[in-house]
Amino acid sequence: MATFSNETTFLLGRLNWDAIPKEPIVLGTFVVVAMGGVALLAALTRYRLWGWLWREWFTSVDHKKIGIMYIILALVMFLRGFADAIMMRLQQVWAFGGSEGYLNSHHYDQIFTAHGVIMIFFVAMPFVTGLMNYIVPLQIGARDVSFPFLNNFSFWMTVGGAIITMASLFVGEFAQTGWLAFPPLSGIGYSPWVGVDYYIWGLQVAGVGTTLSGINLLVTILKMRAPGMTMMRMPVFTWTAFCTNILIVASFPVLTMTLILLTLDRYVGTNFFTNDLGGNPMMYINLIWIWGHPEVYILILPLFGVFSEITATFSGKRLFGYSSMIYATVCITVLSYLVWLHHFFTMGSGASVNSFFGITTMIISIPTGAKLFNWLFTIYRGRVRFELPMMWTLAFMLTFVIGGMTGVLLAVPPADFVLHNSLFLVAHFHNVIIGGVLFGCFAAVNYWWPKAFGFKLDVFWGKVSFWFWVIGFWFAFMPLYILGLMGVTRRLRVFDDPDLRIWFAIAALGAVLIAVGILAMFVQFGVSIMRCNRPGYRDPTGDPWDGRTLEWATSSPPPAYNFAFNPISHGLDTWWEMKQQGATRPTSGFMPIHMPKSTGTGVILAALATVCGLAMVWYIWWLAGLSFLGIIAVSIAHTFNYDRDYYIPVPEIEATEDARTRQLAQGV
Amino acid sequence: MSHVVTDTTTDNLGRYWELKPHHHPEGASTSLGFWVYLMSDCLMFAVLFAVYGVLGTSFAAGPGPKDLFDLGLVAVNTGMLLLSSITFGFAMLAMFAGRQGATLRWLGVTLVFGLCFLGIELYEFQHMIHLGAGPQRSGFLSAFFTLVGTHGLHVTFGSIWLITLMVQIARRGLGPENQRRMICLSMFWHFLDVIWIGVFTFVYLLGMI
Repeated sequence: MATFSNETTFLLGRLNWDAIPKEPIVLGTFVVVAMGGVALLAALTRYRLWGWLWREWFTSVDHKKIGIMYIILALVMFLRGFADAIMMRLQQVWAFGGSEGYLNSHHYDQIFTAHGVIMIFFVAMPFVTGLMNYIVPLQIGARDVSFPFLNNFSFWMTVGGAIITMASLFVGEFAQTGWLAFPPLSGIGYSPWVGVDYYIWGLQVAGVGTTLSGINLLVTILKMRAPGMTMMRMPVFTWTAFCTNILIVASFPVLTMTLILLTLDRYVGTNFFTNDLGGNPMMYINLIWIWGHPEVYILILPLFGVFSEITATFSGKRLFGYSSMIYATVCITVLSYLVWLHHFFTMGSGASVNSFFGITTMIISIPTGAKLFNWLFTIYRGRVRFELPMMWTLAFMLTFVIGGMTGVLLAVPPADFVLHNSLFLVAHFHNVIIGGVLFGCFAAVNYWWPKAFGFKLDVFWGKVSFWFWVIGFWFAFMPLYILGLMGVTRRLRVFDDPDLRIWFAIAALGAVLIAVGILAMFVQFGVSIMRCNRPGYRDPTGDPWDGRTLEWATSSPPPAYNFAFNPISHGLDTWWEMKQQGATRPTSGFMPIHMPKSTGTGVILAALATVCGLAMVWYIWWLAGLSFLGIIAVSIAHTFNYDRDYYIPVPEIEATEDARTRQLAQGV
Repeated sequence: MSHVVTDTTTDNLGRYWELKPHHHPEGASTSLGFWVYLMSDCLMFAVLFAVYGVLGTSFAAGPGPKDLFDLGLVAVNTGMLLLSSITFGFAMLAMFAGRQGATLRWLGVTLVFGLCFLGIELYEFQHMIHLGAGPQRSGFLSAFFTLVGTHGLHVTFGSIWLITLMVQIARRGLGPENQRRMICLSMFWHFLDVIWIGVFTFVYLLGMI
């Protein structure tokens, strides 16, 4: 943008009229979003839903509600991220033969940056965190996480980061640096305006939430397991969540500190990543990938757990090789810290260093391959039911294997020198992230939706969505492998060689197919919600898939306290064993249940943090200082509140459990 | 589906459900959670140490450690922080003995030592900036100010927390919640001591060789 200005005023910092983009595309988007937002707010006001939202959802410390809110956030942000994707596909098929396409470079560069940032930080991360939040306490027979208030606060910090990132669309600009903002491009010299600052503060605010939620879930899994549930009796999903949270706690601080150093370079004028006065830009790239590589395993490991649960359930067998699955997960957890340099073999560290990191990278495929064989052997001679979650699992296995193999190919340093930063790489990581993480999330949604809401999702629209998604994926990304091998690098806006165009056209067709898949998925949600009381949809049993683990031992949706009595585990697949042994459900002798109280402090703190972040972006120092002081004051005030818990009285539990008894009797 | 659990009472009810619930003591996970937080904080310092390791000799033709560091002053400063750790230990002993007044007094002494540490550090920073050796001067000075300053920022927040906790103990005594908070703050304070030992060794002592 040519018109930006870093001249500041006291009141508004560098925020002024020029900060409002005047491009028709952005303006049109703004109008649509604003109208949608106003309509939503009006509807909430019209139907008097604000109080209900605030009391029952925003301030709730119930891990189930927080989990659902995380996934809603992920789905909303997914629409934004996908809009970016389809704009890029359109631009790349358009801008041939001297055409500039329809996006100028300033806009296009923001789009590919925002696409990456949003898809990783505000779609994949909240989706995975939401799943872990919802399922892990249920699977270990707990009533909530270890730190329920912190859980609420973490969620709202993630929302705050998303708000900061989204604000950049309509006020100012987003970074034009690619999703990891490498210096010196992201330094103040080459990115003088607000784009990179939006990037930094969006990620920092969300990063606080991610780190705290990682600590929370880690401690929950260690301390809150049901009696008898030793580590080697935990469901596989809980195990993978455990490893993921270890990775979060051990890697996000690195991202936080790296971004702080970049912030200091930009705001204070230090020389960490500059080209002069002793700075070292490659240090940033090392540091950010020391976080970045564990990050991809943070994303995929929980989904490996999801696939394990689903494969076992829908094959009607216990998982093949439970212990080897756990050890494979732990191996991947450790190895994920020993491979970061494969992201920049071309830095020129020399043959020895590159060989080391190439070999460690290839070694990761061994535990991953072991997992795949475990799933295949679980299916082998099982009575496989091809329900939607199982379909997504099979699609994952086929797709992910291809992505994994191109990954091993890229791990060979000489090959990487050819393919580095090419569309081959882009195809590879979309192959594993869509084929692994996203397919896993969809499998999980179809699998656990009945648990969360008490009714199944529509099968027809689920299958429509499935086939459009899977076929669309192959159309969208296989051409990119070919283009990459032909030497096309990533993030290009215009092309000269007309021979390339057909492949971009096929990829654009794939994106359209995926768009239909996404639409079908939302239709699936809508149709299912409208039909939720019909017999084929409603789940009175709490165990619609004949499940194996403890989340199926309670009603759908579970009561606020999850379990009236703590379950006791005697081995793997506790719920399966209970069913085999004809275990009964206690219907009397209830005791008051100790639960945490809802609190609005998390919302207030996150709102202040968001204001602080936005004020820092725009150099509004007084507001930044004031909101920071506000954060400290509210935090301190919160610690003076010693009244944080209550007991659910016995009559209330009796009423809930009696209703459940009647429901079960009808369901039989 | 097919395996719906029925409500007929059989003997295995108590085998699968804990009919006499065990009680989790309130806040039983807090110490572990705080430990994990400290380890994540430790990683932030690890990054800063690594960055100092890379940039520690990038003087950009500017001043180096021998031109800037006053080991005598740093020794006094280190003494302040180590003494504050000891006095925090005395506060913990007083707390376990149930002596509220002594706990508060020892916390007060700890605070004084902590503030002295901060004062000396600020003087050192101000002195260096005055000499033209501010954080913008070179990669080495950027890394130095950020590492030492981040530690100082932690001590600052620890001091705010300490004052808050003193007020809370004065108002509500040494109940289980406040004891838990004392244990967490104690871990935090000693953690900062450990970090400082690293700073003292790797930045100041090695820098003077």
